[in-house]
Amino acid sequence: MSKKLKAAIIGPGNIGTDLLMKAMRSDWIEPVWMVGIEESEGIKRARDFGMKTSVSGVDGLLPHVIEDDVRIAFDATSAYVHAENSRKLNELGVIMIDLTPAAIGPFCIPPVNLKAHAEKLEMNVNMVTCGGQATIPIVAAVSRVQPVSYGEIVATVGSKSVGPGTRMNIDEFTRTTAAGVEQVGGAKKGKAIIVINPAEPPLIMRDTIHCLTEEEPDQEAITQSVLDMVEAVQQYVPGYNLVNGPIFDGNRVTVFMEVEGLGDFLPKYAGNLDIMTAAGLRTAEMFAEEAANNTITLPARA
Amino acid sequence: MNLQGKKVTLHDMSLRDGMHAKRHQITLQQMIDVATGLDEAGMPLIEVTHGDGLGGASVNYGFPAHSDEEYLNAVVPKMKQAKISALLLPGIGTVDHLRMAYDCGVSTIRVATHCTEADVSQQHIGLASEMKMDTVGFLMMAHMVPAEKILEQAKLMESYGANCVYCTDSAGYMLPDEVLEKIGLLRAELKPDTEVGFHGHHNLGMGVANSLAAIDAGAARIDGSVAGLGAGAGNTPLEVFVATLYRMGVESGVDLFKIMDVAEDLVVPLMDHPIRLDRDALTLGYAGVYSSFLLFAKRAEAKYGISARDILVELGKRGTVGGQEDMIEDLALTMAKEQGLI
Repeated sequence: MSKKLKAAIIGPGNIGTDLLMKAMRSDWIEPVWMVGIEESEGIKRARDFGMKTSVSGVDGLLPHVIEDDVRIAFDATSAYVHAENSRKLNELGVIMIDLTPAAIGPFCIPPVNLKAHAEKLEMNVNMVTCGGQATIPIVAAVSRVQPVSYGEIVATVGSKSVGPGTRMNIDEFTRTTAAGVEQVGGAKKGKAIIVINPAEPPLIMRDTIHCLTEEEPDQEAITQSVLDMVEAVQQYVPGYNLVNGPIFDGNRVTVFMEVEGLGDFLPKYAGNLDIMTAAGLRTAEMFAEEAANNTITLPARA
Repeated sequence: MNLQGKKVTLHDMSLRDGMHAKRHQITLQQMIDVATGLDEAGMPLIEVTHGDGLGGASVNYGFPAHSDEEYLNAVVPKMKQAKISALLLPGIGTVDHLRMAYDCGVSTIRVATHCTEADVSQQHIGLASEMKMDTVGFLMMAHMVPAEKILEQAKLMESYGANCVYCTDSAGYMLPDEVLEKIGLLRAELKPDTEVGFHGHHNLGMGVANSLAAIDAGAARIDGSVAGLGAGAGNTPLEVFVATLYRMGVESGVDLFKIMDVAEDLVVPLMDHPIRLDRDALTLGYAGVYSSFLLFAKRAEAKYGISARDILVELGKRGTVGGQEDMIEDLALTMAKEQGLI
């Protein structure tokens, strides 16, 4: 029996397609279904890659979940439909990896808390935001050394990489990311800022992370912790680069990052989207690894 | 230029854009004193917020001496005729801040985006308009794109519910012909009852000239700042502008001698440094860089030994936009490494 877990991707847009291309290379995940709501370029691409496809939403997938042994679903649609998608698939024992801002399940930042979620067999985990994936690991790297009273992140992204969903509800980005900085990053108070830059050629995603430590920062320990964390993220996002820092100014610790994507389907500058798909896939892989090691038992199926 | 008989609404920026020049440290009493002086001088609109708008309090832009709520609650009740406005940059502030400002009695909300990104303002403009606020769309760094693009973005803001749209020269880069063209196109193509506004910076010494050009092209609202207190070389100095408007027969409702006194007696004494066109402020205008980067670049120069001018020129080349203050220290570090300074 293959150790790979079979997966469905819901949403055949840019994110879903990029995720599909990454998943096809995975040692732990085997994508088998692509779910859309109509015939589209994305559905056609998925079919060309050999996927089974539904053009009638999740309902078109449900009758095949058991026979195809789909264990993981990635939702790359919108917060509005995620809750229903998740409910229907969870009922059939499918673990839901939520790439929308719905945040029904706990936030998941792979190098910080993924293992804990996998061990508990959380049936729905939320991938926060692109800015959160790029910055919360660094906040956590500081807060695991000493208490952080305030964590603030500034994500600057190329205009072309920000879709209409994010634009129509940009407050959701700032709120969700700030909540992640607190809940997963470990800062007592979190703040998130997003800046959209239309320069051509598009700029690669940039992220600045500021932490204010409660006591004088232990420079050596924090520097090492940040370097270790960068390496951990690079395991699944090779283009996660430390540009400058950590620099120390009183109790302020600042780190400047750049995130270049792999350029699978999305262009390389769209590191913000790449880090979401990579983190989502990494999350699914961890569930598969834990299942293979028998540390978790997937929902029973006849 | 004949502006005889035209009317214009002036909007003072000293207590918002001026916060940049004061590193957001204006005291409550200073806010009250300046706003009261402006109110008595007949200034119809006064903006009060963190320099980067509601929710701007941050490591990145600077923590203010007081919260937006404290400033607004201090100033709003003291106004006899002036209305108070607040700025909001989606991505920094949220609709929660907007509601807070509304509850404090703010009557005008100005939702600011980069000049190509108006579609991030839909929820904020929509809510403000729903709450029947005077709702203004504010297209920043308007020198970076052609007039047609500004119009396209202005129409988006208008469609979300803005009753006024600004062409904002955040870098103080524009010359009068460009102002004429952009304001003229907005005036010609937006709905007749949508007002058009202009916000200038004085980085090429063009604040007054550009604002006159804007009125000539049909702008109904002009931003400026008493004593010029604002980011970069400051905003269009309002006492100078008011004097010019008197000479040209434009009605603003502002008393010249009273605003001169506010400038001289209240605002100049609270400046940390003279608001003037030093070489770094001039570089902003020359290179087309967001005005509030000025003090950040000066601080980076002091800390890393890289000239502020070099940093600003490079930021201009990279097409940085408002809000990217974090790039300044990052770039200074990179330049210092390249030059073997660290």
